Amino acid sequence: MSPSDHRPATLIEGGAVFPHRHLTGIDGLQPHEIMFLLDEAEHWVAANRTHATPDKRLNGLTQINAFFENSTRTLLSFEIAGKRLGADVVNMHAAQSSVKKGETLIDTAMTLNAMRADVIVIRHMASGAVRLIADKVDCPVLNAGDGRHEHPTQALLDALTIRRRRGSVAGQRVVICGDILHSRVARSNILALTALAADVRVCAPSTLMPAGIERMGVTPFTDFDAAIEGADVIMMLRVQSERMSGGYIPSSREFRMRYGLTADRLARAPDALVMHPGPMNRGVEIDSIVADGMQSAITEQVEMGVAVRMACLDVLTRRARRVEGWA
Amino acid sequence: MTTIRFTNARILCPEMGERTGDLHAIDGMIVDPPADPPADLVNVDCNGKCLAPGIIDLGVARVDAAACRAGGIVRVALMPDGSPVLDDPGIVQRAALIGKPDLWIHPIAAATQGLAGRDLAEMAICCSAGAKAVGTGRHWIADSGVMARVLSYARDLDIAVVTHAEDGGMTGDAVATDGETATRLGLASAPAIAEPLAIARDLMLAEESGARLHIRQVTTAAGFDLVRAAKRRGVRVTCGITPAHLHLSDIAMSDFRTFARLSPPLRCEADRQAALAAIADGTIDVIASGHDPRGAEEKRLPFVDAAPGMAGAETLLALSLMLVRDGLLPIERLFDLLARNPATILGLNTGTLVPGMPADLLLFDQHAPWQIDGAAFAAAADNTPFDGLPVEGRVLRVWKGGREVR
Repeated sequence: MSPSDHRPATLIEGGAVFPHRHLTGIDGLQPHEIMFLLDEAEHWVAANRTHATPDKRLNGLTQINAFFENSTRTLLSFEIAGKRLGADVVNMHAAQSSVKKGETLIDTAMTLNAMRADVIVIRHMASGAVRLIADKVDCPVLNAGDGRHEHPTQALLDALTIRRRRGSVAGQRVVICGDILHSRVARSNILALTALAADVRVCAPSTLMPAGIERMGVTPFTDFDAAIEGADVIMMLRVQSERMSGGYIPSSREFRMRYGLTADRLARAPDALVMHPGPMNRGVEIDSIVADGMQSAITEQVEMGVAVRMACLDVLTRRARRVEGWA
Repeated sequence: MTTIRFTNARILCPEMGERTGDLHAIDGMIVDPPADPPADLVNVDCNGKCLAPGIIDLGVARVDAAACRAGGIVRVALMPDGSPVLDDPGIVQRAALIGKPDLWIHPIAAATQGLAGRDLAEMAICCSAGAKAVGTGRHWIADSGVMARVLSYARDLDIAVVTHAEDGGMTGDAVATDGETATRLGLASAPAIAEPLAIARDLMLAEESGARLHIRQVTTAAGFDLVRAAKRRGVRVTCGITPAHLHLSDIAMSDFRTFARLSPPLRCEADRQAALAAIADGTIDVIASGHDPRGAEEKRLPFVDAAPGMAGAETLLALSLMLVRDGLLPIERLFDLLARNPATILGLNTGTLVPGMPADLLLFDQHAPWQIDGAAFAAAADNTPFDGLPVEGRVLRVWKGGREVR
């Protein structure tokens, strides 16, 4: 297997609408493929809300959530998504795994593969680790976050939230603010939102801004007040506390002063949608009055997360389930 | 007493230029043509192919005799940062002897004890045990006071200090150079300026002390500018590069290709162009392979966890000949960079085809086409970022001290 397997080269008859074996990132997806996943997710939003008769289309399939890095909400979201679809969901935590005993990632991947999983969801602390595993296993692999590289389902759920609240992603001015340098959420969102023709701005102090970010089609800002001028969506990123003790930012209160989304600041963008991938540092990057306010879509993002992950699990297993037109 | 006569050769000598004809060697030394050919004359017909000094590879991470033979390398300068660190005379002496007779190993002893960058290592004793230079390995001596003392002390011994130019504070845990590729891949990266920062300091200290400084790899435009200016001022500085930084830019890391994880990391295209210009104008003195074979257990890992380095011994000649093909330098001057200059830096009386020199010879076909194939390497591992690249220039035969290496 070669890295080209991640590219839409293998157009399968009938499955051409989404011809990828894995979802390792937004990179490599065409805009219509992103839109297709969003459309599929819409269906699950409706189903989840009405508590309709369960659709157990993944009945009998085994879904392994291999999380090499701690996670609560993403793991839970993938677990709920799988269970709603009827899959047998198994969670593997790095703390309990043989990774600590020195087993290589490839060996772990081969082991998971030998257990005949039908879909594997992976989170790992190293950029590119998910692709490395995807090349070694026979079943579809879903990236639940790899290092600073990508977190595609987060970008999809954010795009879905924006599309539902705003009617469209195209033309929306989206400001992504916070620790851009270390954020896989930022990278995946930049790729997805620019692919869907949004006007994306990124805002961070220069110490947390990656080099050459403008080459990804976004406009960088260091002044948050200037960045939110005319914003339709303000997406705040979590800043880890260890980065706010002098390493990248002098202190959390100084970060709040320059980049915190306060009620005063939000008044400059009175119509903007407020988003945050969670978990939030309330009182640092976002004030509670904003997070819980009328403009906030933060809990809706969580809801969209389950729907998007159901859609991804469904679409990626269609070939194995011999769904008509996909087999 | 054995006399070898190489006939019908295209002789490439960095000292005397190019000529066609014969070359004689008696008892492992190059000699003037003898008046009457002795009875035991061995004739080697070169069929018009190139006969050049054997390659002296300044700065390999591991001793890999098979790969060196395949690459036409007769001498290597071994980096001090292996396991164990070359800071003990016994270890240095062992390293200096294990390759003989086919491959001569010239250890670069550690400049500081354990390469920790604090206390001076026993440089003079290590030299008496066979070391031909001292170095910092792939580390940086952060303390300028220590670096100043290393250079002063080495100046007394008239040995070169081989340094690695990356400011450790700037690089931190970076595995790539700042730029679009690193940003897209989400790899920890450091600005390219980490290199000229380190070079600037070491140049000033070398100028102050009068020591001989060899910067093993210079890879940035700003770095070449500093070296160029220092040479003009008369600083005793030389610098090298590996083919990777001449032929690849950071785009080669795309798709998390760990074979393109190098130390220093690959740079942007503008820096690569500056490296080519520095070859053409003579700023770069040495091309080395940086040979560092790493197997799957060290390379088939996430990019950040993979070991840096490439297996380069077998591709050094062919990748260097690309510079000749592209008109950057004439072929006989290429052997300045591959043989004469490394010999001078290490204080070795070799590297040319002048009578009196050891008969360390390389016979190669300049235009023989082949395709780089890591799986076919003689090297201990196949980690080449050039896999699949069509190249020209094949090593045919190699002699070390008049004795053919097979």
